[in-house]
Amino acid sequence: MAPYEPEQDTNEADELSAGRRKAARYVVPLAVAGVAAATIGLVPALATSGDPDLPDVTAQELIEKIAASDTEQLSGTVKISTDLGLPSFGSGMTGGFAPGAGAGGAGEDGGEGGKGGSAADPSAKLMELASGTHTLRVAADGPDKQKLSVLDDAAEYSLIHNGDDVWAYDSASNEAYHSKDAGKGDKHGKQHDREGAKDLGKEVPSTPKEFAEQALKAADKSATSVKVDGSAQVAGRDAYRLVLKPKESGSTVGQITIAVDAKTGTPLKFTLSPAGGGSAVVDAGFTKVDFGKPAASTFDFRPPKGTKVTEEGDANGRHGKDGMGGRDLKGMEDGGLNVIGDGWTSIAELKTPGGQGLPTSGSGSDSGDVPPEAEKFLNSLGDQVKGDFGSGTVFKTRLINALVTDDGKVYVGAVTKDALVKAANAAH
Amino acid sequence: MSRADVTAGAGAPAAPEETGQEPGQGSGPRPVRLAWTLGLFRSELSVTFRRWRTLALLAVLAAVPVLVGIAVKIETSDGGSIGGGGPEGGGGPAFIAQVTNNGLFLVFTALAATLPFFLPMAIGVVAGDAIAGEASAGTLRYLLVAPAGRTRLLLAKYVTTLTFCLVATLVVAASALAVGALLFPLGEVTTISGTRIGFGEGLLRALLIALVVAASLIGVAALGLFVSTLTSSGIAAMATTVGLLITVQIVDQIPQLHAVHPYLFSHYWLSFADLMRDPVYWDDLVKNLGLQALYAGVFGSAAWARFGAKDIAT
Repeated sequence: MAPYEPEQDTNEADELSAGRRKAARYVVPLAVAGVAAATIGLVPALATSGDPDLPDVTAQELIEKIAASDTEQLSGTVKISTDLGLPSFGSGMTGGFAPGAGAGGAGEDGGEGGKGGSAADPSAKLMELASGTHTLRVAADGPDKQKLSVLDDAAEYSLIHNGDDVWAYDSASNEAYHSKDAGKGDKHGKQHDREGAKDLGKEVPSTPKEFAEQALKAADKSATSVKVDGSAQVAGRDAYRLVLKPKESGSTVGQITIAVDAKTGTPLKFTLSPAGGGSAVVDAGFTKVDFGKPAASTFDFRPPKGTKVTEEGDANGRHGKDGMGGRDLKGMEDGGLNVIGDGWTSIAELKTPGGQGLPTSGSGSDSGDVPPEAEKFLNSLGDQVKGDFGSGTVFKTRLINALVTDDGKVYVGAVTKDALVKAANAAH
Repeated sequence: MSRADVTAGAGAPAAPEETGQEPGQGSGPRPVRLAWTLGLFRSELSVTFRRWRTLALLAVLAAVPVLVGIAVKIETSDGGSIGGGGPEGGGGPAFIAQVTNNGLFLVFTALAATLPFFLPMAIGVVAGDAIAGEASAGTLRYLLVAPAGRTRLLLAKYVTTLTFCLVATLVVAASALAVGALLFPLGEVTTISGTRIGFGEGLLRALLIALVVAASLIGVAALGLFVSTLTSSGIAAMATTVGLLITVQIVDQIPQLHAVHPYLFSHYWLSFADLMRDPVYWDDLVKNLGLQALYAGVFGSAAWARFGAKDIAT
């Protein structure tokens, strides 16, 4: 046989069958692609089939179980997706609103938004979690050792609490942030110490457990319908599904689903669906979880040689000068934060320091600094409304709405536009 | 490729030399066949690595870490840190901020810098040249005169390309390690998770990363080989492969096309950095290797389908 001819034996077979055989060869790559596509499509479907059979519990028992849960040692991977429906224009605005979103209510802790300073500054970094999808790693060993890492492309941002030290390490810029007196943060309360990394780690919910605690805290028992809705598998573990629903109308929160580990009572997954329907606003869940003791080296951080370390004190000095939108909101809280109503439909009423205008998150405190173009732009983002209170602008996201009146008051809450206007009218 | 051989036995029974590796069907005893395959592979390897073109490609690859290392050294010679300060963490390839502290990181920086373009381009040149180059030089028919069979020739070409992937990656890594050791201190390595590992383990992870980077190129190699069977012009095959590479990278950057991103061979390339986490984050690494295997399966068998049925006129 002549080897430089096609391998088909064309001497005996006729031309037609040779052609057919030629075509038949291409079935192989197609089959490989087909099998791969089928595998990709089928494996997740098979993996999630079947909810586990668990003994019935009442909602009350389950909530008590969460409260009694004493999981101190844990490590795992968390996937968190946040879709507030915000256009992505910088961390200023999202930073201002996101923590309130996590609390499912008023923006009490709204405010550690974008500020200048170290790239490893925890507050700025954690605010990035307020939009998009992120993969986190958490590890905890007792109350003194915790670690939270945000996995970026070829980089990682770690927040490590070990005893008296709180370290934040940003591997992309090779910068570290250090604060020493994390334990005292709560006592000092108000201003700078609140920005200690430990507090931030707590105030900005990022794990399902923190979300669940915030939600249960915010949920007024009488105004919430709480029930256990079957079971689910989360991160390979059997879990109960606890569903919280606001009873009153006017809230933008549709329902909150918390998957609670059947054995340990640890919340494994937190989903917040908006009343308006559509995809979840917040969806945070473990994809992998291990209740064993993490390696001690996990919490042992010493800044590598050559790393730029920002001490907490230094950072605060800077914040005083170039603190941005978030800080201004903070100032407002001290000035005149007023919470109207309670539970799901609570609305925070704020007065802007200047006494009027829009708090343009990200710029200076005085709205007089805002150029007319920016003002126009801001107005175009919101809806103009009128009522007994005068007129104002409503800024909407999928969860949090805010009404900024022309006489300088701001009403923020996880409530509908009508509820905001009603609150403003009542306050007038 | 063994799958292709088995299916060849079922689908084209009239081609005995294709199924020669299966006992009882080949015309000669198995050891002879194996020796043939090995001999073919060895001659392919020496032909490829003795080409000036190949050596020039490797030299360019080895020069990249040298350039990066010297640039970092000059920029930080006044004590400043590279790319430090901004919340973006500065530009440049991954890990570049750590290079001044530990020369070992130059290995990762160099691989991150060469993986998007230099490495796959070199692979594209070698893979694209594999069949089409022989065809345009008129030597393909002589290769086929030897009783090795087309499947085995293709296999030898593909294994040669994969060997080149590994060699090219190791050249980059070795050059980066040498430059890093010369210009920067070495020692205990801080992983990107903030934990510390010994230098020995750091070296081990560097080797593992080099292997993963080499494995990331399997997909491009298979694609290049398939393109190479489509044409009789070596230049056209190389240009097409490199063009496809650029197109895929651009598509991977367009957010509106995110639905197709997980299927692009370059999508998980940077996942090799996950090996520097502690503990290692395997999810994307496994996805990357699975995707490369898929590309090798689909385009490898497509190349086999095309090459086996092709009329070789030149």
